[in-house]
Amino acid sequence: MKGTVLEKEKIEFLEEKARTLRVSIVKTLHKSQSGHTGGSLSAIDMITALYFHVMRHDPENPQWEERDRFILSKGHAAPAQYVALAEAGYFPKEDLMMLRRLGSHLQGHPDSKGTPGVEVCTGSLGQGLSMANGMALGLRLDKRNSRVYALLGDGELQEGQVWEAAMASAHYRIDNLCALVDANALQIDGEVERVMNVGPIGDKFKAFGWNVTEIDGHDMEEIIKALESAKLVKEKPTAIVARTVKGKGIPRFEHKASYHGVAPNDEELSEALLCLGCIED
Amino acid sequence: MKATRDAYGEILAELGATYRDVVVLDADLSGSTKTAVFAKKFPDRFFNMGIAEANMVGTAAGLAAAGKIPFVSTFAIFAAGRAWEQIRQSVAYPKANVKIVPTHGGVTVGEDGGSHQSVEDIAIMRAIPNMTVIVPADAVETRGAVAAATAHKGPFYIRLGRNKVPAVFEEGHEFVLGKGTELSPGTDMTFITTGIMTAQALRAAVALGKEGISARVVHIGTIKPLDQEIVVKAARETGAIVTAEEHSVIGGLGSAVSELLGETKPVPMKRVGIHDRFGTSGKAEELIKYFGLTPDDLVEAAREVMERKLG
Ligand SMILES: Cc1ncc(C[n+]2csc(CCOP(=O)(O)OP(=O)(O)O)c2C)c(N)n1
Ligand SMILES: [Mg+2]
Repeated sequence: MKGTVLEKEKIEFLEEKARTLRVSIVKTLHKSQSGHTGGSLSAIDMITALYFHVMRHDPENPQWEERDRFILSKGHAAPAQYVALAEAGYFPKEDLMMLRRLGSHLQGHPDSKGTPGVEVCTGSLGQGLSMANGMALGLRLDKRNSRVYALLGDGELQEGQVWEAAMASAHYRIDNLCALVDANALQIDGEVERVMNVGPIGDKFKAFGWNVTEIDGHDMEEIIKALESAKLVKEKPTAIVARTVKGKGIPRFEHKASYHGVAPNDEELSEALLCLGCIED
Repeated sequence: MKATRDAYGEILAELGATYRDVVVLDADLSGSTKTAVFAKKFPDRFFNMGIAEANMVGTAAGLAAAGKIPFVSTFAIFAAGRAWEQIRQSVAYPKANVKIVPTHGGVTVGEDGGSHQSVEDIAIMRAIPNMTVIVPADAVETRGAVAAATAHKGPFYIRLGRNKVPAVFEEGHEFVLGKGTELSPGTDMTFITTGIMTAQALRAAVALGKEGISARVVHIGTIKPLDQEIVVKAARETGAIVTAEEHSVIGGLGSAVSELLGETKPVPMKRVGIHDRFGTSGKAEELIKYFGLTPDDLVEAAREVMERKLG
């Protein structure tokens, strides 16, 4: 059982998985020459923890009724979800090279009509938590043990709908729901604090009636602990506010709003692969 | 070649100097919508509202009530879509002097895919009473439309694009609100087009000319109120109409022209546009082909209406 003390090996396995997925993200985006680099890299550790440790799911059977659900509310980080789904075996890794191409199931933003493992359509920010609520309520009505995870951006929290949803999650005591906030402190036009301050994020969720945990979103052990303890919280939804670094893992991309929606060029790819510890291709 | 959004950024910053009441609101996309140009020049009159489009439109309505001339920009899908009811209730219903000028209209948004490609914004804006709807063909017309919107009181929706587009109008062309423009004379059929489709129609008309078909091209910048005279005249004189728009065939220019001609001068017609589908990821040029918006598609459509007219 996943107890309080996690084996070192498990953590190392997940850290290595996250590194592999970072490599996959930059390669995928380099190939598509279009897409969102910064927010994919800030979210990938959490996404790795979810797909490769925390969530119950079956890549062989994406529609398995007992599965836990993941909603990428910040849909522009689709590459992060796609590489995880491919790595888990939902579809061939070659598909990644078709990201954002005409005819590909890997749309610019997650599309549940075509991609196995994608639960709903996202991309228009602010709508994911509402859908997560609905899903969690539906699962509860059916007396299923499945949990629902929604990953949101910190800029995304500026959407009023997020707070309408947050109110509803607490009101209906949706405890099979966990929201993760990728708090990388940046959005497109610059620092979240300067564009439109949403802080203090944790206090806001608390005031809305949520159980709140604040963690380092790149510390695998903290991520796992937070996600596991959220499972034990009853009668309240849990928000994990994860401090992250936009572009994490590749110094040139780190803490930069300018790499929000820009794919790596040839030079940046080589540099990124070097930073990620692979000298290949 | 120039993107209409680039022209918007420039004219907005120019108008800001003349009209001290012009204020600009954006929702975390000021680099893309080009309102950043205005923001840099007039930081006090620029409000980045964050990723909160509904609140942005409501705030603009308040600014208008306080005597300002607010310009509101984000991507078309988030302006017309996310904030539709705020536009209806807080802007159009009180006839507030708010100018909604989104960029990234239509499928040429490209790789971002269907979630980001507004193919129904013209329809839902056109359906709102008091709303003026403009879709410029190029940079020159964009300048004119934005200047006209500043000078005229009331709600405007001016849909701009992401990509560079060829010039349709010469420098110095005067934009007249509510008036269409005959860009190319013709007697056999008429293309009635808007936005990026006007340049496509001009090319189609040249191709048709080589086949001996004389195609007229009428550009409609102001979709609402529609220039009824130029449309009915085209139907009367050429007897066959093809409309074209980078938008659903439901509710946009094609619908507006059909509605008018259905009640006045029915002639063989075909609407070129997106046929009740969502957009998809791909390169802009590929999507133009995929959705049947090329000059070749227009030529085909022209032949079809000609056949019906003659047959
Ligand atoms: C409703 C809506 N408005 C605007 C956008 C355009 N947009 C895409 S990403 C983004 C910034 C997101 O910032 P944040 O949520 O902090 O994401 P991250 O930093 O993790 O990339 C914006 C404004 C959108 N996708 N949806
Ligand atoms: Mg952010």
